[in-house]
Amino acid sequence: MTTATARLRASPLDAVQRWLPKLVLAPSMFIVLVGFYGYILWTFVLSFTTSTFLPTYKWAGLAQYARLFDNDRWWVASKNLLVFGGLFIAISLAIGVLLAVLLDQRIRREGVIRTIYLYPMALSMIVTGTAWKWLLNPGMGLDKLLRDWGWEGFRLDWLIDPDRVVYCLVIAAVWQASGFIMAMFLAGLRGVDQSIIRAAQMDGASLPRIYWTVVLPSLRPVFFSSLMILSHIAIKSFDLVAAMTAGGPGYSSDLPAMFMYSFTFSRGQMGMGSASAILMLGAILAILVPYLYSELRSKRHA
Amino acid sequence: MATLEIRNVSKTYGSGLPDTLKDIQLSINDGEFLILVGPSGCGKSTLMNCIAGLEQITGGAILIDEQDVSGMSPKDRDIAMVFQSYALYPTMSVRENIEFGLKIRKMPQAAIDEEVARVAKLLQIEHLLARKPAQLSGGQQQRVAMGRALARRPKIYLFDEPLSNLDAKLRVEMRTEMKLMHQRLKTTTVYVTHDQIEAMTLGDKVAVMKDGIIQQFGTPQQIYNDPANQFVASFIGSPPMNFIPVRLAKQDGRLLALLDSGQARCELPLGVASDELDGREIILGIRPEQIALGTGEGNGLPGIRAEVQVTEPTGPDLLVFVTLNQTKVCCRLAPDVACRVGDSLNLQFDPARVLLFDAGSGERLDLNTANASVKDNVTRFKGR
Amino acid sequence: MHSPADKPALSISRLAIHAVLLIAVLLYLVPLVVMLLTSFKTPEDISSGNLLSWPTVISGIGWVKAWGTVNGYFWNSIMITVPAVLISTAIGALNGYVLSMWRFRGSQLFFGLLLFGCFLPFQTVLLPASFTLGKLGLASTTSGLVLVHVVYGLAFTTLFFRNFYVSIPDALVKAARLDGAGFFTIFRRIILPMSTPIIMVCLIWQFTQIWNDFLFGVVFSSGDSQPITVALNNLVNTSTGAKEYNVDMAAAMIAGLPTLLVYVVAGKYFVRGLTAGAVKG
Repeated sequence: MTTATARLRASPLDAVQRWLPKLVLAPSMFIVLVGFYGYILWTFVLSFTTSTFLPTYKWAGLAQYARLFDNDRWWVASKNLLVFGGLFIAISLAIGVLLAVLLDQRIRREGVIRTIYLYPMALSMIVTGTAWKWLLNPGMGLDKLLRDWGWEGFRLDWLIDPDRVVYCLVIAAVWQASGFIMAMFLAGLRGVDQSIIRAAQMDGASLPRIYWTVVLPSLRPVFFSSLMILSHIAIKSFDLVAAMTAGGPGYSSDLPAMFMYSFTFSRGQMGMGSASAILMLGAILAILVPYLYSELRSKRHA
Repeated sequence: MATLEIRNVSKTYGSGLPDTLKDIQLSINDGEFLILVGPSGCGKSTLMNCIAGLEQITGGAILIDEQDVSGMSPKDRDIAMVFQSYALYPTMSVRENIEFGLKIRKMPQAAIDEEVARVAKLLQIEHLLARKPAQLSGGQQQRVAMGRALARRPKIYLFDEPLSNLDAKLRVEMRTEMKLMHQRLKTTTVYVTHDQIEAMTLGDKVAVMKDGIIQQFGTPQQIYNDPANQFVASFIGSPPMNFIPVRLAKQDGRLLALLDSGQARCELPLGVASDELDGREIILGIRPEQIALGTGEGNGLPGIRAEVQVTEPTGPDLLVFVTLNQTKVCCRLAPDVACRVGDSLNLQFDPARVLLFDAGSGERLDLNTANASVKDNVTRFKGR
Repeated sequence: MHSPADKPALSISRLAIHAVLLIAVLLYLVPLVVMLLTSFKTPEDISSGNLLSWPTVISGIGWVKAWGTVNGYFWNSIMITVPAVLISTAIGALNGYVLSMWRFRGSQLFFGLLLFGCFLPFQTVLLPASFTLGKLGLASTTSGLVLVHVVYGLAFTTLFFRNFYVSIPDALVKAARLDGAGFFTIFRRIILPMSTPIIMVCLIWQFTQIWNDFLFGVVFSSGDSQPITVALNNLVNTSTGAKEYNVDMAAAMIAGLPTLLVYVVAGKYFVRGLTAGAVKG
């Protein structure tokens, strides 16, 4: 049947065009596979070796992990992460939501105010840490200011108090990140359907009550996004600790990220450092996987 | 200009998924206007994408001017397309939009300028050439999209629901303009729409599609007068054809359809009887415009009295709804007929215009009489 | 929140709202103000005054000393940030283009892998990356840092562009293909001209991230190749002799001013970057 008709050949350029998208993506695919997942695997492998100053590939089983669990500093760092992370997330959310709700009330100069709340996000955590280190300086910082203003005998030496130094980290981190939470919630609030609010007002509810019972619950996705991002920032916090306290006094303000750096690069304990990195990854996965799972499930049901 | 043949084309999106297109067979001659019409999801846009080469067919062949282009990329098939959303390049001016395809084909600038001028004049968009698409109204964007296609002077034009995004009044105007343009330019065109009025008015040939199958392929008149099945009959024509379930009875060598309006009964003679149809329950199809108001004089047409349930004056017509065989039946009468709800009307049917359909499959039943349609000019396709 | 007909009345509650917002504004601004004030004081002023006391004499000595110490590193940061921003944006744009308009089997999987990669704690790749840089001869160089930033910025830049391009109707690409345009022509003549907003977002986001980075800086560079964040930290945290807070604060300002300026000038793109990255869902 096709003998009477000539089948026109596809030109060779067509073949190139078909392959071009794949070619363009290929380098990035390579980078991702090697630089992301390949390297994670490598670190994973290293965590099972006896590496110290240099990588050796002698099998050590779970010895490095055992050493971690025996290490007091690691426990302190992990506990600090929970305290720091918990406070940081809770306070940032509270402040961010409050500011967003207040700003949503048709304030004049809202744009300027927003800009001011958000500018700390533009700074490096090193700059933030340096600034707050000075502000919280025992003897010359805030306590001196408040004493000069009349509050006699005010002392603020949290920075050198091993039991309280973590709170200093929280203060600086909240200052940096709460503006971002505010921005996210403000955007979310702006997307809320007006008619629901009007219906509630007709039902006689007061504005604060409307926010609490109707509007904020509808912003659950924003809550979860914020939670994810704040957790991510908390787990990765390294710059802040390095600038503010360098883990001190002693190692009472250490965090896992700092621990990993210190043990891997300063103390020549690559095996232990790798193990700590893998545990950090585990912590992130523990939060990420349930989140993604619930997202996918809700999408399928929707 | 070119001929187009679609030969046994089928398309699946993946193993295990049902075919989106099943064994499509169509052909049109040079300069003809083919309409692909059907409800959403029937496969008409997929077929158009396959003709254009934007999607690959999984079986069969597409031939343009007798050459198999099934393996060729879109740009080599020499086809131009006008999209439902117009797809104008937003960062380019109207002139640049029209020139784009010509520049890629490395046409000399002087020739390009001539083409742009020609097309702009034809579509009356000369004053818009420097503007960007965002500055144009819907109707103007549509013209520019057409201009882009016309400037290429391709073998075949494809239109994917180009009028759907226009408001009703503009749509009617543009429809007429399209028809005029086709008459002048005699371009081979494939046009996809879900609007059956566009299908009837614009096409030389119409292919009605459903579920990836061509239900019927023929001229608009054939589709209207001689539908192959109940789906085609119901799709074309507004208000749609009435479908009345009737029981056939054989009497004195003739086949009769029994109608009951609640007030009266009527036996509609349908021509020569065949034994197998005796006693069978079938669907009787008759268009609203084919039901007439009975005049006093006996003109031999069978009639029935029925009670008016609803009246809908549309301006040019009066639509009257009655009940026959417990089915709502619409009658299109002249607007000056005086009747109110509850009145009894004498309705007449012309048995020569009546169509019979199988109650189960919806297929047209052929009575093998002088009144039955001639099959030669009509291509029918049995559903799979 | 309110219908346009409402006029916010001057009431106790509105006063309270404004008061809270104002207090918050002050709290957010105080650290910046303190940094500035301190940087312009002399060490005597610092020890005799307090955080917010006005300098008895406005002295630029802190700034001069700070600049003297960190200026080399400032230029390092520029040499690292500018190429890294441009390269990662360019690659991200092409990747986003492919992932949104030229999908093929495996591209969705790749996107998923990439997305996951946005959440990586970098601690898990530091060691292998530093081995690799060593083998490539790029250890302790600014070029090595550029490479690292490009590699680990890819995930975000691709995400930005892909999410942006997904909203471009694919009828546009179809029309261009019928017109005869190929892969790169479509990108250059049609997609790229439409990309200005997202290019801005990406440039500003990447600039902020890379300029502010400390982790990669401290791990992958040393001595002369360090970025300014590392230099700042070294300056502030080495305790030889008396602490000169004015120098510390001036150095912090020097490190922070570029991104702060970018934020003030092009803040809306910054915000879009934040929310785009956050709401990827």
